[in-house]
Amino acid sequence: MSLITTLARLEAVSSGRARPVATVRHRHLSERPLVFVPLTTAGEAGAPLGALVGTDRHAPRLLVVPQPRDRDLRFAFLAELADIVLPYVDAYTDTVEAAERTETDPETGKRVKVVVDLCADAPQLIVPSRAGVDFVRLLGRSMRFRRTAEQDPDTPHPAPPRVPLLGRWLTHFGERARMPGSSLLLAVTDLLARHWATGQSSVEDQHLGSLLAWIDPPGDEPGDVAAHRAELARDADGQLLCPPAGPATDPAFDNKLLAPAIEAYDRARSALAAAEDGLEADDRFGALTAAEQRVRDLVESRTRPTWDAVWHGLDLLRALPEGAHVPDRWTRDRWSFTAHRDRITAGEPPQPRVDDAVTAANKLAAREREQARLDAQEALDDPLVMAGRRLAGEAFAGEVTDVVMAYSEGRRPSPRPLVTVRTEDLPHLGERAKVYRSLGGKPQAAEFVGHAGRDGIGTGDPDGDGNVLVVLRVLDKMGRGKEPEPGSVPEKGDRVCFTLFEHDQRGGAKLPDPEETPWTHGGPPGDPEAVPLPDPLTEEDVL
Amino acid sequence: MPPPRTRETAPALRHRLAELRGPDVPAKALDARALAALAANPGCRRRALLDGAGVNKTELASALGSPSAFGQSQFAFMRGDAFEARVKADGGTELLRLVHERLDPSAEPPSGAHVPDLAAAGPEGRTARTELALREATESGGWTLLDHPMLALDVAGSPAFLEPDAVVVHPDGTWTVVEIKSFPMLDGAADPAKVGAAARQSAVYVLALEDAAARVDPVPQVRHRVLLVCPKDFTNLPTAAAVDVRKQRAVTRRQLTRLTRIEEIADALPEGTCFAPDLPQERLTAAVELLPATYAPECLAACELAFHCRARSRAAAEVTSVGRSARAELGGLTTVGDVLAAAHGTAGDPADPAVAALRRAARLRAEALASAGYGARDEVLVDGEVPAGAESQDMAGASAGGAPCH
Ligand code: SF4
Repeated sequence: MSLITTLARLEAVSSGRARPVATVRHRHLSERPLVFVPLTTAGEAGAPLGALVGTDRHAPRLLVVPQPRDRDLRFAFLAELADIVLPYVDAYTDTVEAAERTETDPETGKRVKVVVDLCADAPQLIVPSRAGVDFVRLLGRSMRFRRTAEQDPDTPHPAPPRVPLLGRWLTHFGERARMPGSSLLLAVTDLLARHWATGQSSVEDQHLGSLLAWIDPPGDEPGDVAAHRAELARDADGQLLCPPAGPATDPAFDNKLLAPAIEAYDRARSALAAAEDGLEADDRFGALTAAEQRVRDLVESRTRPTWDAVWHGLDLLRALPEGAHVPDRWTRDRWSFTAHRDRITAGEPPQPRVDDAVTAANKLAAREREQARLDAQEALDDPLVMAGRRLAGEAFAGEVTDVVMAYSEGRRPSPRPLVTVRTEDLPHLGERAKVYRSLGGKPQAAEFVGHAGRDGIGTGDPDGDGNVLVVLRVLDKMGRGKEPEPGSVPEKGDRVCFTLFEHDQRGGAKLPDPEETPWTHGGPPGDPEAVPLPDPLTEEDVL
Repeated sequence: MPPPRTRETAPALRHRLAELRGPDVPAKALDARALAALAANPGCRRRALLDGAGVNKTELASALGSPSAFGQSQFAFMRGDAFEARVKADGGTELLRLVHERLDPSAEPPSGAHVPDLAAAGPEGRTARTELALREATESGGWTLLDHPMLALDVAGSPAFLEPDAVVVHPDGTWTVVEIKSFPMLDGAADPAKVGAAARQSAVYVLALEDAAARVDPVPQVRHRVLLVCPKDFTNLPTAAAVDVRKQRAVTRRQLTRLTRIEEIADALPEGTCFAPDLPQERLTAAVELLPATYAPECLAACELAFHCRARSRAAAEVTSVGRSARAELGGLTTVGDVLAAAHGTAGDPADPAVAALRRAARLRAEALASAGYGARDEVLVDGEVPAGAESQDMAGASAGGAPCH
């Protein structure tokens, strides 16, 4: 936690309300996100119990597995989920725009520009909490190697037709969510915690109900009181008033309500199977429907509050203006979405179980690069984030007190003006350190010359008021002429902000192509065309 | 055969601890999970004493009006049991196969391994029985599986009895701790947080097993790689991984020795102090208050008293209630009021680097908020509120109809 965030948390403690830690919204929010509120069965690896899902806050679809240990019922759930998620995703695959991309020409080996399709927009999946993101990934993993009857007529338990495809998409969403700054799959708790500091710890912020209670408590109630109730208050039956955002359920709910309802469902099912004539079967079918309805009601009662909380959180976030670089990062998400669309259309096999060494290293490098990009962009978009970087000595802001024209040496002297900035900040400037400021959205570089004193170059704080004078030499973005273009050099009296970090991230580390993986790192991946084997099945397997 | 070292607590202390627990309240045994958690917050005297005295903290928390939230779903419980039974079925064939394959492939393959009966009366009896079985197995030169053995570990002067899922004695006379968990190993990897917790727990067993080994001559080697058995992918089939617990073992050992001796803490309590759960809430609160605590949010995952201690910590406006790291950044300032006063310039010595940093942070924060059009510090508390006019029918409807948590 940076000191500024700690301070914001402590202010929240004393005021009883969350305090902002961002002044703009740093993530893209779709006009039409697909909200997914899943529940899972305790102790089973990713056996879904049910979910609310949909794009209409007033009309979520309720999907329920009345007996989570029953494979057919689980498949029915996944098939229904596929029928909601896939059309939603498909709606974004067709509208494209032309975009340029640099590729290596396979014949000449040269870098050339090619025009390709880029999906004009992309789907966005919203889950309540980080555990929901993991669950999406887990569901994806559990489905993508399934075989349908069409793919393999001999498969013992064929999956419904579109389930493996859903698995591939959920896997893609889950993987993309690991990329810093991406917005294809987001957890509302992460989103809210990025923008507000509560008076509780980050562990407690994982609870959507209590997080919201700090940010927007009902009425005038202090946030801590509301948060405490959201987290712990139970009804006379011992049930939490605010059910956890899942996918895990509260043990008291499992033991007192869910287990008896599932048992009743099992009994009704066996009774129906044992019915001796049509009349009896009719009766028992009615009992089975009622038992199933009971489980459905229970699942809805535990997901609906979370569903509403998710939309409440989205309302709060939408009220923040979007950060200037957010569309740029969303474009990267659109590229990622388009690329996955293309892999599926090209008939490529599902994502492997474990990445080969080069892919893994590439992903890691990409994540580091995106993290640096995100950090830089958030700071440029948001003075409150920049304040944190300034406090850390990674940026400084102040007023220009002097500009002296100077030129580079050489055949064609170019402008290299010396700019003095008076700042209260304490940047960690090394000798000839490069610094950058944003000029019309592009970084302009300068180099640290020294600290100015009253009489020329000196060190420290000439006026003894905590301000230092930093002398910089501006290096670029001043045009081709001998005189700098108008507006390209700061003027006396201007407020400026320079960063010690770069604004743009260039391509990642050079790694070999996957085909040239050294054997020390596992060697090249196997035949890319090879279709991975499905998971083995056992009688008791869960998904 | 030398008798196992008895870890009898001195009678006077035992008597004192029984008094603290309350008349006729049985002592609650410490398990490895509690011990691993104890080591996670070794500075907490409150926890050290209550655990050491065998106070049932779950009951105490309820009696204090802040019941703990730890509970297990019967679904998880049933699945865990079914999985463990499956792993140990058939004389532990599958389990021993995994130990052989993952830890000791050069040994003879286990077949017809010995599975001694460890039943005995009481934890002391079971511990003695286990130690006897371990000794015999080590001499036998074959594979032996000890199913739910009982081990004793000295914790801050009192014995804790521990029951690992299994211990395997190898043909070369070395001993291995086996931990069976029902979280899946998916594509060869399991949730690192859960593996970490299992490793810390296993490290406690390794320490206890080493104590038992020290009483055998020659001293057998306790392996520092334990076997973690989990369901494979989405199935109920076991798979296993060797987990090196050297680090956790060293940490736990160090923490255990650092645990303040219970005796000392007990001596500091006034005569008549008692933690019996049937006492009135105010008396219990006062009694618990006599024990110095070091609450941090990490307690929430580790200690039954967390909600009680959190409430006290918040009531005292301790900065650590928002995170342990807050403490480190703030130098000597420990309460929210002190920090804010220092930050806003109404108190504190500006020459103190922590105070100076806070002032800079407060100034930068206020400046940034102001530049973004946010009002003064006290005016606008929540800026994410939907501006008037943006509140559509939709939203009003949603918050009215959808706020059962409120
Ligand atoms: S919750 Fe309380 S008793 Fe438990 S470890 Fe934390 S401070 Fe100590």
